[in-house]
Amino acid sequence: MADPAALLRKLGHSVIDRIWRLGFAARFLFAILRFSGALFRRPQLIAREVYFSGVLSLLIISVSGLFVGLVLGLQGYETLQRYGSTEALGILVALSLVRELGPVVAGLLFASRAGSSITAEIGLMKTTEQLKAMDMMAVNPIARVVAPRFWGGVIAMPLLAALFSAMGVLGGWLIGVVFIGVDEGAFWAQMQAGVDFRYDIVNGVIKSFVFGIAVSLIAVFEGYDSVPTAEGVSRAITRTVVTSALAILALDFVLTSFMFRGTS
Amino acid sequence: MNRTVLDLWVGIFVAIGIASLMFLALKVGNLSSAHLSETYTLQAKFDNIGGLKVRGPVKSAGVVVGRVAEIGFDPVTYEAVVTMNVDGRYVFPRDTFAGIYTAGLLGEQYVGFDVGGDEAMLKPGDTISKTQSAVVLEKLISQFLFSKASEGQESK
Repeated sequence: MADPAALLRKLGHSVIDRIWRLGFAARFLFAILRFSGALFRRPQLIAREVYFSGVLSLLIISVSGLFVGLVLGLQGYETLQRYGSTEALGILVALSLVRELGPVVAGLLFASRAGSSITAEIGLMKTTEQLKAMDMMAVNPIARVVAPRFWGGVIAMPLLAALFSAMGVLGGWLIGVVFIGVDEGAFWAQMQAGVDFRYDIVNGVIKSFVFGIAVSLIAVFEGYDSVPTAEGVSRAITRTVVTSALAILALDFVLTSFMFRGTS
Repeated sequence: MNRTVLDLWVGIFVAIGIASLMFLALKVGNLSSAHLSETYTLQAKFDNIGGLKVRGPVKSAGVVVGRVAEIGFDPVTYEAVVTMNVDGRYVFPRDTFAGIYTAGLLGEQYVGFDVGGDEAMLKPGDTISKTQSAVVLEKLISQFLFSKASEGQESK
């Protein structure tokens, strides 16, 4: 039977470990920002990462956006028709996508599609000691490997979220107007009357930008910090997806409570 | 991967992203239509604003001519003070009547201007004196019930 002191020591160790990792992640972010200056001279590095995390996510983002929009259209119509206000379908679909679902679901998809592959790539580079080799050749691995992936994710994420929302609105339009037969004019007019550019759309873009920073940082950090074994890399990938999902949902609550206070 | 092909794909990606943002801003949002450039403020005091919200529309003859900028409370007269940003292209007579109406049965509430016939116009910062409060449904129903009840007693 373990004595109480050992148990307490174990607890203390795990808490200190967590805090240390948090502090390390923050210092890691500063290191990325500090070494990002060189990237302006070589934008090709970022373009390559935008390709890998952005362009290759286009298909999954647009298809899932379309399906989310289709479902919102169906479910929204089902509920709204009880109150005889099916014209409000447009504003329902647009507001839920632009404010919440667009940034959040695109962020979750981005974390599992791009974030996991970034972690795997950096983790494998660490396992095969490519990062150490770079260090030996006086190439800073944070500037050469980590920072471009971070910025690629930060740039790609808001664009993907906007695409997701746009595809979702098209999906809602497809179900509502084309298949069910809600009046097209009322659909768009109510949407345009109810969705404010500054209040709804810009806030949605800010959200997706914050999620982009969070997911990219978690992905590169977990990769860089992974235990350099096959098992360690696979654990790091799992942690990336889980932590990103939790971070997105928690940040979403915080941002929402600051942005939308129910005044309108 | 070939550099030109990669550049092309990244260009396409960024173009799609910006196109989606433009679509959201222009087609989904109201950046194109209800954009008020030059505005001036008017105030109006109401006994009861009902469910009027900040950023709610201000309409005259059904056309949106402004937005509610601020809703305050006057601690002296116990009235609600509604500050409105009105489109600078439109001026209204001094005896304009401001009321709070509801769009549809469950719709949002808005400030409606019923234009009077005065020669003098409202200047920026002026207060509209003639106002009509929001209709509170409960009061309306209780008034109706009381009048029905008293009618019933008279006929006996």
